[in-house]
Amino acid sequence: MNEPVMPQTRRDLLRMIGTAGGGMAMYQAMTVLGHAAETQFSGPPMLSGARKGASVLVLGAGLAGMLAAYELAKAGYKVTVLEYQDRPGGRNMSIRGGDKVVEVDGTVQDCTFAPGNYLNPGPWRIPHHHRTLLHYCKAFGVELEPFIQMNHNAFVHRSKAFGGKPQRYRELAVDFKGHVSELMAKALNAGSLDDKLTGEDKEKLLVAMREWGVLDQNMAFTSSIKVSSQRGYDTPPGGGVRGEPTPSKINGLSDVLASNVWTQMGFFFNYVMQTTMFQPKGGMDMVGKGFFRQVGKMVRLNTKVTAITQDDRGVTATWEDMKTGQKGSSSADWMINTIPLPVLNQIPMQVGPALQAAIKAVPYNGQLKMGLEMKRRFWEEDYSIYGGHSFTDQAIGLISYPNNNFFKDGPAVLLGAFANGAGAFQLTGMTPAQRIEAALAQGAVFHPAEYRKEFLSGVSFAWSRAPWILGCTSRWTDESRAAHYQNLCAIDGRIVLAGEHATYYGGWMEGSLLSALDAVERLHKKALSA
Amino acid sequence: MKRMARISALVGGIAVLAATAALRAQDAPGGGPTAVSISDEGREVYEQICQACHMADAKGGGGAGAMIPALAGNPRLADKDYGTIILLKGRGGMPWFSDILTTEQMAAVLTYVRGHFNDYKDPVTVADIERVNLASPPVPDCNCTQ
Repeated sequence: MNEPVMPQTRRDLLRMIGTAGGGMAMYQAMTVLGHAAETQFSGPPMLSGARKGASVLVLGAGLAGMLAAYELAKAGYKVTVLEYQDRPGGRNMSIRGGDKVVEVDGTVQDCTFAPGNYLNPGPWRIPHHHRTLLHYCKAFGVELEPFIQMNHNAFVHRSKAFGGKPQRYRELAVDFKGHVSELMAKALNAGSLDDKLTGEDKEKLLVAMREWGVLDQNMAFTSSIKVSSQRGYDTPPGGGVRGEPTPSKINGLSDVLASNVWTQMGFFFNYVMQTTMFQPKGGMDMVGKGFFRQVGKMVRLNTKVTAITQDDRGVTATWEDMKTGQKGSSSADWMINTIPLPVLNQIPMQVGPALQAAIKAVPYNGQLKMGLEMKRRFWEEDYSIYGGHSFTDQAIGLISYPNNNFFKDGPAVLLGAFANGAGAFQLTGMTPAQRIEAALAQGAVFHPAEYRKEFLSGVSFAWSRAPWILGCTSRWTDESRAAHYQNLCAIDGRIVLAGEHATYYGGWMEGSLLSALDAVERLHKKALSA
Repeated sequence: MKRMARISALVGGIAVLAATAALRAQDAPGGGPTAVSISDEGREVYEQICQACHMADAKGGGGAGAMIPALAGNPRLADKDYGTIILLKGRGGMPWFSDILTTEQMAAVLTYVRGHFNDYKDPVTVADIERVNLASPPVPDCNCTQ
């Protein structure tokens, strides 16, 4: 007997299409319904009907672990979460005055920031299309505010361009666009592209180059009031008798090319870097705290997992309490394991060789961030820079200006470094005091008169030396994906992994959450069919 | 010959761009690669890169279950290819360094680590690195308690 099954919700409909026609059909249907391509999130999973008494042990109270706990508890499971640290949130964290930063060798930094100031050493910006995260922030009462991603008035610095003097992004970007437009117009007018274009398109493209590149009547990019209306003036427009503006002087093509400004322009085109972006009010850890309000009662903090076993009846994690020294174990029917791989690969775990190999195959990047507290907002007061980033090719990578409390008096915290690659290794290898000195020396190129004068204190977070993770974000290659990704995600007996490492969205909170949702849905299905 | 060199340089350039684009899938500072330069001298390579994790005294750090292995007094380094394999391929949480260090820098720093923090005085050469790279042996299993 085949009763027709009617979908009750959009999610049901998509699931039915997916079952019948495969992932591609579902994707096409989602596009028609108007919500694909942004994220794979199509609403919370709405799980229900867990078997009576069924239980899940979740390892790790980061975002993935806490979301898994939340959705599984809603489905009717008895959930316990074990967390190594003395706080929830994992990489979702903020450092404030009074906090200590401890590294693997026991080095301690005491943060002395003024009340209300903070450093977000891990995640710090949320794209508008990360709908899973935005959904749960709203559901859990986490207030978001704009993150100023793009600031035309911030600087671009490249050691070998403009004699090492930083230039405003606005000026370089306008000059790059103008020079490229002029060259394109020249090529078009010389007939060089006649075999590539219809006559009509050629005419349109010439108009586009003239308007977009702000070219003059000779189709040349030259200094003018019109160009200055994009790149800024020498004397800006004013009022009264001396109101007439004077133009600024454009940079030559060679200088503009030496600045590599196209890398910043290209950066802002990245899907995950496009405006609008958000940050939680009061610090990134407000997200983790919002999740913890929902699942806090299920979480045991300060609990270091030392071994993981399973058999055909259940899973067991053996642990040690980091505060009391108490040793114990927790058992459940199933396990969601979100421990980051650099640590998980050192914990004995009873799983098959394919998963073991996958866990060992993914190294982590070791980014480093620094927060520098300054006595006043000189970037606002003296430079008209409100949020956004000034980029440099030095090890610190950039400095980024705070997105909140504009125009306020009193100390404020700059992001003094966001280093990756070789720059992160160099800075991480230094003592905390040496790192701050390097950040002051490098960041001072942007604000030479103020940077050291207004400096109060600094704190650095070197992810490679964070004792609870030994790295920041998972690093996959095409080869390791092909060999290990499906094995890493597959349920091994009663255990499934989740977290940013089990996604194609590495290093983003959205990835952690999508991974958790995928893991709980698969585990729930298996638990019901077992 | 000249043309060949140009082609390989071009291919190299594309590889760098591809690596940058791949990194951008994750959060990143933005803009192009940094101008950070790394020394060719073994001790300086160690200080600029390796000691970020293995620490200035090469004794590693962390605790049981979350350990960064010591390089000082590490008997596994007696095999001079051991460190080379790990630098080329990474192991566990440690990434490969083939995109950060040249073969010359790898040879210099491995020679330094084996000779200065241990007592293995035979140098690791560029030819050694190239030989191991070609042979591509499996990554030795992690024994992080050592």
